[in-house]
Amino acid sequence: MGFLVATACGLVGNYLILRRMALVGDAISHSILPGIAVAFLLSGSRGSLPMFIGALVAGAVTTVLIEVIHKKSRVKQDAAIGIAFTSLFAVGVILISLFASKVDLDQECVLYGEIAFIPLESSVELAGLKLGPPSVVRMAVVTLVVALLVGLFYKELLVSSFDPALSFSLGINSTFVHYALMAMLSVVVVSAFEAVGAILVIAMLILPGATATLLSNRFPVMLGLTVLHAALSAVLGLHLGVWLNCSLAAAMVVAATFLFVLAWIFSPEEGLLSRVFKDRSGAVEPRCESAGSSE
Amino acid sequence: MADAPPLEIHDLTVAYHKKPVLWGVDLVVPPGKLVGIVGPNGAGKSTLIKAAMGLLPVSSGWVKVFGEPVAKNLRRVGYVPQRESVDWDFPVSVMDVVLMGRYGKLGLLKRPTKADHDTARECLDKVKMLPYANRQISNLSGGQQQRVFLARALAQESDLYLMDEPFSGVDAATESAIIALLHELRADGKTLLVVHHDLPTARNYFDMLLLLNMRVVAFGPTEEVFNYETLQKTYGGRLTILSEVAEAVRVKG
Repeated sequence: MGFLVATACGLVGNYLILRRMALVGDAISHSILPGIAVAFLLSGSRGSLPMFIGALVAGAVTTVLIEVIHKKSRVKQDAAIGIAFTSLFAVGVILISLFASKVDLDQECVLYGEIAFIPLESSVELAGLKLGPPSVVRMAVVTLVVALLVGLFYKELLVSSFDPALSFSLGINSTFVHYALMAMLSVVVVSAFEAVGAILVIAMLILPGATATLLSNRFPVMLGLTVLHAALSAVLGLHLGVWLNCSLAAAMVVAATFLFVLAWIFSPEEGLLSRVFKDRSGAVEPRCESAGSSE
Repeated sequence: MADAPPLEIHDLTVAYHKKPVLWGVDLVVPPGKLVGIVGPNGAGKSTLIKAAMGLLPVSSGWVKVFGEPVAKNLRRVGYVPQRESVDWDFPVSVMDVVLMGRYGKLGLLKRPTKADHDTARECLDKVKMLPYANRQISNLSGGQQQRVFLARALAQESDLYLMDEPFSGVDAATESAIIALLHELRADGKTLLVVHHDLPTARNYFDMLLLLNMRVVAFGPTEEVFNYETLQKTYGGRLTILSEVAEAVRVKG
């Protein structure tokens, strides 16, 4: 489960980092709370479909809200993100404490999640096969869909992240890609946060991608490293959590951060160690070969 | 249809935050010409190119490319943005960037084929960047980055090229390489609009000049438009530039 969460989040997170939108991931992970609360109030159930729809709508509202505040006022984008997600999150908290306090939709769980309880759920059976707890199955489907979409629309995502103007001139609508990515993000976050909570989801969005960025400057390699990082932090986190007898989700994030720091120190090109080494040997970065690139 | 001009702009007005940047631009660019767009800072040179691409909302007027609204004929337009407009730390190689030029010709869900790779390689060779094909783009100099952008535009195989300051911040070798390339494209019957900020060289580089300062001050063959009167109208009373203009005109005379 931890692996699935980390993979799905990491894949989407890669694009967020490249588009310099890591904080938007943060924002959406918080602001889906009112979406879920409203979905719960309207449908009266905690089924996954209303939750997905609620999260999608909330994700879209957040994205639009950030854009509107950013474009129609003089407020800069980072401040716009701050306004959008805190206010939506607050609305979510109010909604839950007003209307849903008697039901089991507690804020602790929303904020921190608990991955260790998942094996206690009853398994889903399909055609006589035991597939595992429902949240794992759901996460597996989401992860699969995300991996599939990233594979199929690889070039559209790449070009619209790198150069929106070019992507427009190629007939690829980057606004649409942007919203599609945000929708994907919302779905991933809502299915992941049950396990790791709304706050730790952010770590899973950013850490795998950030680690991969340090280790490679080839995008396909980065995506692969993201998955590897996800797997390693899930396994390490599990062991750490069991060993310390603490929250598994937190242990996972600590493991993921540990891997990030390792990458930071030991990365072959950009790492702290190799930089020290390069400085000693007096090597100069051969950045500009043909001179005269001054403006 | 075959006779439709590559680019036709009628009464184009573009405004940022209700301040007009371009006013009633009328322009018909004939085919097979290398056109330079010159004007002072803030004259709307980049804005004109972006608006022609349909990248910016226009307040009034229309743009036609080969007789059709630009949205319908985007495939025939190659756009070279300013070098600073993208993040050069992006984790892609030179080859990846040039291949992006082929994406428009590929459909959804399709990956670049061997033929696309071959085309990309040819384009890189034309700008003498083939040895750098597998380089990560952050390890390039300004001139090299610009050549990668040009190779990508070539890979689009368009008929009309809109280039935003391709000469900005490049070394002399790259500048002459780019000019040679532009002439080659023109020889192939392509039409090129190039934003340029250096007046003295503008006269030698381009067949036609568009002098722009919010409005079209003059548009025509370089030898007809490049004179003291129109340049003064374009650049107004900016003394430093005026002396440069005077110098340029004197060299011509």
